[in-house]
Amino acid sequence: MRSNNVVLINEEGLRVDGRRPNEMRPFKIIAGYLSNADGSAYIELGRNKIVAAVYGPREVHPKYLALPHRATVRCRYSMAPFSVEERKSPGRSRREIELSKVIREALEPAIFVEEYPRTVIDIFIQVLEADGGTRTASITAASVALADAGIPMRDLVAAIAVGKAGDTLLLDLNGIEDQYGDGDMPIAIMPRYNLVTLFQADGIFAPEEIEEALKMAREAIYKLYEGQKEALKRKYLKIREEVLSSE
Amino acid sequence: MPVYVRDRDIVVPGEPLASQPFKGEGAVYVDKRKIYAKALSVVEIDSESKVIRAIPLKKKYLPAKGDKVIGKIVDVGVTHWTVDINSPYPAILQATEVLPRPTDAARMDLSKILKPGDIVVAKVIVFDLTRDPLLTIKERGLGKITKGTLVQIDPAKIPRLIGKKGSMANMIRKALGVDLIVGKNGRVIIISDDREKEALAILIIRKIEREAHVSGLTDRIKKFLESYGIEVENNAQ
Amino acid sequence: MSSTKPFGDILSTIKRESIVTLLRKGERIDGRGLHEYRKIEIETNVISKAEGSALVKIGDTKVIAGVKTEIGKPFPDTPDMGVQIVNAELIPIASPFFEPGPPGEDDIELSRVIDRGLRSSEAIKLNELAPIPGEKVWIIYIDIYPLDHYGNLVDASGLAAVSALLTTKIKNWKVEDGDVVLLDEEKPLPIGEVPVFVTVGKIGDTLIVDPSYEEELILDAKITLAVTSNGKISGIQKSGLGGFTPEEIKNAVSLAINVADQVRKKLPT
Repeated sequence: MRSNNVVLINEEGLRVDGRRPNEMRPFKIIAGYLSNADGSAYIELGRNKIVAAVYGPREVHPKYLALPHRATVRCRYSMAPFSVEERKSPGRSRREIELSKVIREALEPAIFVEEYPRTVIDIFIQVLEADGGTRTASITAASVALADAGIPMRDLVAAIAVGKAGDTLLLDLNGIEDQYGDGDMPIAIMPRYNLVTLFQADGIFAPEEIEEALKMAREAIYKLYEGQKEALKRKYLKIREEVLSSE
Repeated sequence: MPVYVRDRDIVVPGEPLASQPFKGEGAVYVDKRKIYAKALSVVEIDSESKVIRAIPLKKKYLPAKGDKVIGKIVDVGVTHWTVDINSPYPAILQATEVLPRPTDAARMDLSKILKPGDIVVAKVIVFDLTRDPLLTIKERGLGKITKGTLVQIDPAKIPRLIGKKGSMANMIRKALGVDLIVGKNGRVIIISDDREKEALAILIIRKIEREAHVSGLTDRIKKFLESYGIEVENNAQ
Repeated sequence: MSSTKPFGDILSTIKRESIVTLLRKGERIDGRGLHEYRKIEIETNVISKAEGSALVKIGDTKVIAGVKTEIGKPFPDTPDMGVQIVNAELIPIASPFFEPGPPGEDDIELSRVIDRGLRSSEAIKLNELAPIPGEKVWIIYIDIYPLDHYGNLVDASGLAAVSALLTTKIKNWKVEDGDVVLLDEEKPLPIGEVPVFVTVGKIGDTLIVDPSYEEELILDAKITLAVTSNGKISGIQKSGLGGFTPEEIKNAVSLAINVADQVRKKLPT
């Protein structure tokens, strides 16, 4: 049994951090966080702190990886050793390898890859502090970084994880709920298309719970999407304000 | 109302811009007869001709035939040089596009003509997405740059730097008395003996890059120059 | 780094056309129904040196799984539970497109999807496999090797893993002087709720079950659901590019639950 003696929901229906089951954690997104990268973003979601950097489209090395009619998309999700309670050893873990794959598969459908054949678009994600839901927060940040880099996209992609404690669905799992809860369902959606591009689960879910979780996730994802848009526009709107007010 | 945004709005990929009868231009795509932004852009609405244009705020340079570009030699081969043109596609400058007469290029040491680090103004003679772009420096105004300062800005801002029919770039040239070579690939060469004027030119270029999306840019640049005591003529085309 | 696959098989456009055209009429190129599996054959105890084993065929896809057991140390955060380790490898003999070398992202994804499906439904009763909690517990290794790739390796791997576990025998034991002593008698591995993995693919607006090799090459999106015997889902993995609308996911889930029974009947008892 995953839930030991940890009480995930108290008698008042509040979670360990005082949230209600359908409440998201506060978040903050900064676009253009780095200077060297073509595009970048920083996200904080609860105690998660994640940086995403995009380089590209650029020349592919080694050349044989180049695809003749489209850009190659590469993604590397990595957790810093100090990002978790018990130090994570620096080498590639199997979890990081799987997450790199599903994150790439969540973002790639949104990119117009045919516009830059024989190039590569590199997405690098570094988790600086982890507290549940890192892969979904990474997708949300990486999507902003891709747009910040000027990469042609059909849509942004935003993501959140839904978990459960007993029979109660919990929106936006934190670290403790992930570890001691009864399920974890990370979901990524392209908001305008209403297309789910990341969908995983462990734990046991009834079909009605899956439907309900998708509904909860969609609402949260729309909030994140508004945050992504605001972050991307912010820098340019600020410059406009500065310029117009100094006249 | 077939338009969902306002003139000069900043839009993100996937944002709906307009629908029929409007036509989209620039960084847009059409889905079920609605026009959506394809990249982070600033919107221009032309209500008369019913055109909505999305001008990307950042863009990698995609070579096009006829473009004047400023490149940096990065490799020397037996019959060609590889040139970095600030693009995901490295360019090839063949010896036959440099040497005045067809010579036995294989017997020459190309590095004696152009070596890694050399800056050239070149023209794109061919580019299709299946192979790397080819350059030439054989026309007038092209060739190796021996002095000047290289400035690189986002290629998306170059049209603003050039201005309508070259008006912005010409204004800067005339006002500062500097020579300005603008490459479509986001690179600019400033040639001047006056260090101050050169520094001013760089400031102006950066200002254009930063404020391109805010209307009234031309006036602001004029005012900026005037604040440094430089007179700006009213430009004839 | 996860990378868009640089090389892989490409289905001829004429083949793609025929598949898509038939699907629009609700038919598949091998004559199956949209929600029908290919012929499933399961043979167990095929490897005498393994404590459990199974060779599964779904159509021409063949996957073998072997279970090995040993006594070892538990994980520090679950001292009173046995350890389950799933390892799947896409070896070159199964397909001209599998390369030799250390496990890549596809091998790892397959391993982890099967592992999670088994773990969430508690297929192995790990809490009955800790003779000396904190010190000596049973380590159950499930190694999965596709031998022939003709599509839908996930479902076949899941079936192989589950069938092998269902027929695994471990040595009985007693605890003496603080040590685990293995006896000669054997008993079946304690098994709980066993999941059936059902993979649903989407081509255009049509959902199909058990995609064949050629269908897999042109899927718009793919999702695997681990279904328990009481109609719950113990694992989900949307794998590969593309996406599903929430409505399509709902349909895929009910489809998987309906179809899982078909497959469950084939499991060794």
